[in-house]
Amino acid sequence: MDKVSKEFLEKHSDVINIKFSKYLRSFFYLFLIISYSIFAFYSLGFNKLTDQFKPDFAAKLIQDSYSYKDHINTKWSDTSDVTISYEGGAFTKYDPKDFPEWFLSDTNKHSVIFNNQGIIDIFKDRIEMKGFGDEEEKNLLLTFKLLNGKPTVEGYTFDDPKLPKWIRVTENKVEVRPSLFERLQVYSEKIEIHRFQFGWKYFFFDFASPFNKYSSSELFLLFFSSNRLDPEISNARFMFNEFLSNEQWFHGLVFSSLRDTIFMAVIGTLFATIFGLLLAFLAAINITPFNFVRFFIRRFFDSLRGIDFLIWSLIFLRAFGPGLYTGILAIAFTDTGTLGKIMSEAIENIEKNQNEGVESTGATRNQQHRFGIIPQILPVFVSQSLYYFESNTRSAVILGAMGAGGIGLLFLDSIMTGANFENVAYMSILILIVVFLMDTFSQWLRRKLIGNVFVAIVK
Amino acid sequence: MNNKELPNHLKYLEDNLNKMARTRMLYSIISIAAIILILATGTYVAEESNAGSFVRGIDNFFDYPIALFAKTFDAGFSWFGYVLDYVPDLLYTFNMALFSTIVGAILALILSVFASGNLIKNKTIVWTARRIMDICRAFPELVLAITLLYLLGRSPIPAVIAIIIHTAGALGKLFSEAIENADNKQIEGLESVGSSWLSRIRFGVLPQVMPILLSYGLLRAEINVRASTILGFVGAGGIGEQLNTLIQWNFGAKITAVMFLLILTITLLDYFSTFTRQKLIGGSFIIPKDK
Repeated sequence: MDKVSKEFLEKHSDVINIKFSKYLRSFFYLFLIISYSIFAFYSLGFNKLTDQFKPDFAAKLIQDSYSYKDHINTKWSDTSDVTISYEGGAFTKYDPKDFPEWFLSDTNKHSVIFNNQGIIDIFKDRIEMKGFGDEEEKNLLLTFKLLNGKPTVEGYTFDDPKLPKWIRVTENKVEVRPSLFERLQVYSEKIEIHRFQFGWKYFFFDFASPFNKYSSSELFLLFFSSNRLDPEISNARFMFNEFLSNEQWFHGLVFSSLRDTIFMAVIGTLFATIFGLLLAFLAAINITPFNFVRFFIRRFFDSLRGIDFLIWSLIFLRAFGPGLYTGILAIAFTDTGTLGKIMSEAIENIEKNQNEGVESTGATRNQQHRFGIIPQILPVFVSQSLYYFESNTRSAVILGAMGAGGIGLLFLDSIMTGANFENVAYMSILILIVVFLMDTFSQWLRRKLIGNVFVAIVK
Repeated sequence: MNNKELPNHLKYLEDNLNKMARTRMLYSIISIAAIILILATGTYVAEESNAGSFVRGIDNFFDYPIALFAKTFDAGFSWFGYVLDYVPDLLYTFNMALFSTIVGAILALILSVFASGNLIKNKTIVWTARRIMDICRAFPELVLAITLLYLLGRSPIPAVIAIIIHTAGALGKLFSEAIENADNKQIEGLESVGSSWLSRIRFGVLPQVMPILLSYGLLRAEINVRASTILGFVGAGGIGEQLNTLIQWNFGAKITAVMFLLILTITLLDYFSTFTRQKLIGGSFIIPKDK
């Protein structure tokens, strides 16, 4: 090796030959993180995850979110009397004269035709089903009968291994579930058939609405038609009212809750920015010469921020009750602290030259602030408020669920009842859309106002 | 008029200046009017929909804190015992937050590499990675956590999964912004000596962005402690669940004990993360985007 290279290597030995201890340190950190993760994995119970998870239950709920079912009910005492209802509701029964087209009535039987071409026939004394299950089972004709007052499958004994796997016979009930989309339950007194279909039915107009029997093109014409269905109000208005007062999907309630949530986020952030900016001047060392004022305002910011919005919302909930004020004030209080702190730091970090330049022209103190400081902190100010606005849209949903109202509470309520998972899916899609739109809007506004500035601090 | 005596090019300049001043004025008026309008409609809607009106609420504002403090005072020295009682629950919540931050940050790092235009030249991959992050970020943790809690039962796991997903999206976006803002010269230098894609990331990008990524991660850890407390309220366990029970039973002294612990933790974490961040990125928080 020549002399120059040797000198070079010696000069930069710390770069070229990284010390072993440095490697060791990074391995130590890695080891620390991995061992903690393993500890946390077990202490949080992730290894028991499979015991808790009930796949049948989850599948049922997920199916409920994208499909609907019709109940076909009858009794052994009189199988000619059949009621069909949407989701089994007491107020959503189909009119016997106007049964759906998949239900056929004959002199001695009723037939329910499923989407997979399987048929269940209801006779006076028996039920026959054919065309369900896999290829082999499709040719099987199953007959269900009452034997000594107990429901049985004809030709099979109790616990027969030859029975298809999707039939379960117990003392008082025969349960048949070939797939998620078909279900038959035979009891000693009654018979219940569930017929599932894909989609969100009655999404626009509910079961009782007069608009249900029209197709979409007819509805479009009706919307502009002058032949009023209701003589009191125009068709467009009537349709709008029917849509909002939908009994199955609660569009009116959902939309007003969404509006409340958005208002919480917008007004909370606005208040926080206004008060935060004003107080920030008092907390900045180059503006406020009084130490005790600065100290006081700083601690005030810290306490506003340190008391999390969760605790603020609990306090406000007691004072204002459930509603918008609770959400607005909780957001405003917490973020006045955070924004005020950031703003005051931004004011302290400004270039002095501009302020001095303005001062040299003989400007008053207020003018110095207006033309020397505000133009410098405006980009930070705008981008921070908009970042906080983005995150507050989510906070408002969370605050809602803690009791402040809005879409968060509605979501929590509808998931806790556990019955209508399609409403839960609908609401989560709406929340997703609103949050996404808010994010896009704030990003657009930020880019418009301050251009491509990369601000490296976010909530 | 004075304008007529001015040379043509100056007149043009003055006209333009006046025009710009007018537009600026118009924008200011419009935005101020919009803010006033939003505040007015907002307070109107709030007054309409709120269970109690603002004025009545202000009257009761101090009732609850005063009642809490009175009960705390009655409890005397046993209050300090209450504070110690709830430390295990706090550690439980902290454990949830820390674990989900670590896993979320690792996922975010992987996602952000694929979402950075300067590392991946294929636009479809970048677009897909960005949309995945958008979806992960858009769900508030609570919505995801409640749904998973319903499916998996009451345990910390749903909350942890929810926080991991949200963290992966939120941090991933910030990470990819930081990576895209990294200096391209070092990547090009490594490329010119024929280094592989992975070593370009390892030696060209990571040393530049690591301080920013770490400070973002710290900030996230702080946010996640708050989030896991809130998720405790809906059934994930930990200090949030304890606070919820205490509030329902109205145990004044114990409520203040838990609140004290929470405020203490959040404030300490806040100071710690600010201190470390200042060490890491030197306190400067505006980095101009130079192309």
